[in-house]
Amino acid sequence: MTEHAHDSHDDHHGLGHVLPVKLLAGVLGALIFLTLLTVLTGTTYLYGFDLAVALLIATTKATLVCVIFMHLKWDKGFHAFAFIGSVLFVGVFLAYTLTDTKQYQDQIRDYAADTAIDSPFAQPLPDPPADHHHAAGEEHAAGEEHAEGDEDNH
Amino acid sequence: MTTTTPDVHYLNHEKGFKSWFWTLDHKRLGVMYMWSVIAAFILGGIFALLVRMELMEPNGYVLENAALYGFSDKLSAADLYNHFFTLHGAIMVFLVIIPGIPAALGNFALPMMLGAKDVAYPKLNRFSYHLWLTGAIFFVMALVTKGLDTGWTFYAPYSTSHSDSAVIWATMGAFILGFSSIFTGLNMLVTIHKMRPDGMTWFKMPLFIWAIYATAVIQILATPVIGIALLMLTVERTLGVGIFDPALGGDPVLFEHIFWFYSHPAVYVMILPAMGVVSELIANFSRKPIFGYRSIAFSSVAIAIFSFIVWGHHMFVSGQSDIVNVVFSALTFSVAVPSAIKVFNWVATLYKGSISLDTPMWYALSVIWLFGIGGLTGLWLGTLGTDIHLHDTYFVVAHFHFVMVGSAIFSFIGGIFYWWPKMFGVMYSEGISKLGCAIAFIGFNMTFLPQFVAGSHGMPRRYFDYDPQFEVYNYWSSIGAMVLGVGLSIALYALVRSLMGERKPAPANPWGAVTLDWQCTSPPPPHNFDHAPPVDGPYDHELVRWNDELNGYEPVDPVDGDPNLARMGSAKTV
Amino acid sequence: MTTASADAHGHHGDHGHDHPEHLAHHFDTLEQQFDSCKLGMWAFLLTEVLFFSGLFVAYATLRANNPEIFSLAASFLDTKWGAINTVVLLVSSFTAAMSVRNAQLGETSKLKRNLLITLVCAGAFMCIKYVEYSHKYHVGLLPPGMEHSMFNPETPYIPHGDHTGEYLELQAHTADMTPAERVHTMTTLGRFFGVYFFLTGLHGVHVLIGMGVIGWVLMRANRGEFGPDNFTAVDLVALYWHLVDLVWIFLFPLLYLIH
Ligand code: HEM
Ligand SMILES: [Cu+2]
Repeated sequence: MTEHAHDSHDDHHGLGHVLPVKLLAGVLGALIFLTLLTVLTGTTYLYGFDLAVALLIATTKATLVCVIFMHLKWDKGFHAFAFIGSVLFVGVFLAYTLTDTKQYQDQIRDYAADTAIDSPFAQPLPDPPADHHHAAGEEHAAGEEHAEGDEDNH
Repeated sequence: MTTTTPDVHYLNHEKGFKSWFWTLDHKRLGVMYMWSVIAAFILGGIFALLVRMELMEPNGYVLENAALYGFSDKLSAADLYNHFFTLHGAIMVFLVIIPGIPAALGNFALPMMLGAKDVAYPKLNRFSYHLWLTGAIFFVMALVTKGLDTGWTFYAPYSTSHSDSAVIWATMGAFILGFSSIFTGLNMLVTIHKMRPDGMTWFKMPLFIWAIYATAVIQILATPVIGIALLMLTVERTLGVGIFDPALGGDPVLFEHIFWFYSHPAVYVMILPAMGVVSELIANFSRKPIFGYRSIAFSSVAIAIFSFIVWGHHMFVSGQSDIVNVVFSALTFSVAVPSAIKVFNWVATLYKGSISLDTPMWYALSVIWLFGIGGLTGLWLGTLGTDIHLHDTYFVVAHFHFVMVGSAIFSFIGGIFYWWPKMFGVMYSEGISKLGCAIAFIGFNMTFLPQFVAGSHGMPRRYFDYDPQFEVYNYWSSIGAMVLGVGLSIALYALVRSLMGERKPAPANPWGAVTLDWQCTSPPPPHNFDHAPPVDGPYDHELVRWNDELNGYEPVDPVDGDPNLARMGSAKTV
Repeated sequence: MTTASADAHGHHGDHGHDHPEHLAHHFDTLEQQFDSCKLGMWAFLLTEVLFFSGLFVAYATLRANNPEIFSLAASFLDTKWGAINTVVLLVSSFTAAMSVRNAQLGETSKLKRNLLITLVCAGAFMCIKYVEYSHKYHVGLLPPGMEHSMFNPETPYIPHGDHTGEYLELQAHTADMTPAERVHTMTTLGRFFGVYFFLTGLHGVHVLIGMGVIGWVLMRANRGEFGPDNFTAVDLVALYWHLVDLVWIFLFPLLYLIH
C-alpha cells in the first residue's frame, strides 16, 4: 500500500480514519493564523467586545482541534455528544456562580472597605530600597531581609 | 444431584497474598473492596458511637470524663468532639458510601451481569483499588497526626487558614479517593457501552446496570470538581493564592459552590447504585417483571443530569444571593420527581407479586420505608422558606442519614446478602440474618426519627453540648445508635459465620434471578464465562423453576442439559 | 464445558476465532478493544474538562467583578512569550496528529520523528514557562500568601535592584488612589497572580505528564510496536495532548490578552 492511497478524505484504514497530511497542515496554518489574529484583536480596543471576540476566536480554534486533530468528525457521534455535554455542564457551573457572585459583591466590597485600614496597602506603596545597601531609614522588614539574602548571591 | 461447590473457582485458583493484591480479576477486586469498605465502616462507626455517647446527656457523657483521656478542660473536650464527628463523616462519605456499591458490588456483579470475562480495563480497576488503599492511608495519617476538625465539608476559610488539624492529609486523601472513584466510574461506563453480550440491548440491561451507568456519568463529570476544589484548598492553605480566604480578598462562598457542585451529585453517587440494587431485589423476590422498567431506567439518567443543577440548596444561608436561592430551590424539586418514580415503581412491582421474604428482601423493603422518609424530608429542606429554619439543625442530620445510611448502606448490605452466595458459594443462616436486619431497622429508626423532632425544635448540628430541652430526643437517639450497632454486628456475624465451620454450599441460583450473574457456578470460575450466554429480558422469571435437589433454581430450558451453565435468558433463541 | 473445569488458562484455545496478538483476553475483537479504549480516553478527557472548570470558575468570578484590575494585571504578562508558546503547542499538536497518521500507516521512522518533535515542543514550552515564572518570581508578582509576593498582606515584598520595573509602575498607578481603592487593587492583583500561577501551573503539570507519556510511546515506537492494527496507544496519547493544547488555547487570551 502506498501512502498516496490514503490521501483521500474518507479512507478507513484498519480501525481508524487516516487524515491526509494536507488537511492537518491546513488546520495548523489556520490555528496559527487565528493565534496572530487574537493577538491583534487582543491588543486593540474593541468597544467592550474584547472578551467576546477573544472567546470566539479561541472557540473556533478549539473546534478545529476537536473536529480535525481529535478526529471527532470521523469518530463515533457519542464522543462528540459527550464532549459537548461536558462543556455544557461547565457552562451551567459558570452561569450559576457568575450570577451569584455578582449579587453579593457589594457586601464584600463594604467589608473590604471597612477593613482596608488594617492593610499595609492603605498607605501609598513605599519606594524600593536602594540595592546592596542598607540605607538608613529603611522601614520594610521584608525588603530588607531580601536585600540581605541577595547580597549572599553576589 | 445436590449442590456442590466447584473444585476450581476464582477464590482458590490462585493462592497467597500477592495473588490477591496484584489480581486483575474484577471479582477478587470486588471482594477486596467489600472487606476494605466494611473495615472503614467499622472505624467510622466507632466515631459515630463516640459522638452519640457524648450527646447522650446535655452536658456530655464521654468527653467530660476528661481525666480518662488526659484532657483537663472543657474546651479541649469540645475540640475533640469536632474531631470525632469530622472523622466519622469524612470516613463514611469518602471511604465507605461512595465506593461501597459501585466499587464493591458493581465490580463483583456487573461484568458477570454482562456475561463478560472482566471489566474493560482490568489494570485500571486494580489501580482504582490501590488508589483507594492509598487514600485510606492518607486518612489514617490525618487521624494519627493531628486529626481533622473541619467537618467533612472542609468549609473555607476555617480549613484554609484557621484549623491546625491535619487538613492536607485529609484533602489529599479525599483527592486520591476521588480519582479512585473516577476510574471506577470510567471503567464501568466503558464496560457497559462496549461489553454487552449479543442480544443485550440497552433496554434489556438489568436495572442495576442502568444505575451503575448513571452513577458513572456523575463520577466522571462531577468527581473531578471535588478534586480541583480540594487541590485549590490545599494550595490556598500552603501558598495562599487568595481564592477562598477573605483575609487575602478571597471568596469563601466560591468554595461552597465548587464543593457542592460535586457534593450534591455525589449524594447520587451514593444513592443511585443503591436504587439499582433495590430494583434487582424487588423484582427478583417478587418474581415479577419490574413495573415500569423504562421509567426506572430513564429516571436513573434523569437523576444523574438533574443532580448537577441543584447544588445551591446547600447554601441557602451561606451568603448565596436571593435570586440564585430561589432558582436552586425551585430546581431542587426536579430531582425529587425521578426519585419518587422509582419508589412508586417498586411498590407497584410488589403488588400481586409472589413475594419471598428472604434476607435481601427484608433490606429492600426497609429501604422503601427509609428512603421514603429521607426523600420526602429532602423536599422540606429544598423549600427555601423552611430550610432557613431547618438548615444546620439535626433535621438535616436526620435527613441525610435516612438517605445515606437508611437507603444507601441498607441497600449495600442487602446487596451483600444477595450476592453473598455467589461470592463465596455459601448460604448464611436466614434466621440470624433476618434478626440482624430487624434489629438494625428498629435501631435506625430509633436513632434518627427523634433527630427530626430535635432539629425542627431548633437543635443545631455539630455542637457538643446542648440545651436540656433536647435531652429526651438525644437520649433515645443514642440508645437507638447502640441498637443499630448491635443489629449490624449480628448481620456481620451471620455473614462471617457462614464461612466458618460447616458450610452450607450455595446453588448457582438460589433466588431465581434471571440475570446472567446467576448463570455460572457459585463461586464463579476465574473467567466467568467462556462465551457470553445469549440473553433476553432480565426479569423473565418464567425461564427458571425451583429444583428441590439443587436447592435452588434451574433453567426451564437448559443448554446441553447442564443446569449450572444454562441459558436461562435465552429460552427462545437456543 | 461445565464451570468447574473451566480453567484459567485453557480457555484461549477454544475460541472460534484466533486471538490476535494485541487483543486482551477479555475482549472478543480488536475493534471492540479499540473502541473501548477510545471511549475510555474520551471519558477521561471529560473528567479533565471538569477538573479545570473549577479554576475557570474562580477565574471568571474574579474577572467579572474586577474587569479593570484584570487588564492592569494582564499588562504584567508578556504577550510575546505567551503567543510564542501558543504556536509551539499548536505545532506539537499538529505533529501529534501526524504521529497518529504515521502509526496508522505503519511509517515507523516518520512516527518516531513526529513524536520526537512533539516532545521537543513540549520541552520548549516548559522552558519558556520557566523564563516567565522566574521573571515573576524576581519582581514579586506572586500569589499573596507567599513571602516573596509584593501582594502579601502581612509584609509585602518590595523588589529592588533590577527588578523594580513592575513595582514602580504599580506604585505610580496606585499613588493617587484612596486607601480602600489601593487595598482593593493590590489584593485583587494578588489573587489574579494566584489564579494565574494555579492555572498555568496545573496546565504545566499536564504538559509534564504529557511529556512522560509521549516519551513512553516514543520508546515503544522505537521498538517498532506500532502498525495498522496497533496504534491505539499513539492515538490516545495524541488525544490527551490535544486536550492539553485546548486548555492553553483558552488560557492564552484569557490571561495574556485582556484589554
Ligand atoms: C430526594 C431528593 C432530595 C432532596 C430534595 C434533598 C434535599 C436536600 C437539601 C435541601 C439539603 C440541604 C439542607 C441544609 O443543609 O439546610 C440536603 C442535605 C443533604 N442531603 Fe439531601 N436531598 C435529597 C436526597 C438526598 C440523597 C439521596 C442523599 C444521599 C444519599 C442526600 C444527602 C444529603 C446530605 C449528605 C446532606 C447534608 C450535607 C451536609 O450539610 O453535611 N440527600 N438535602
Ligand atoms: Cu443536595
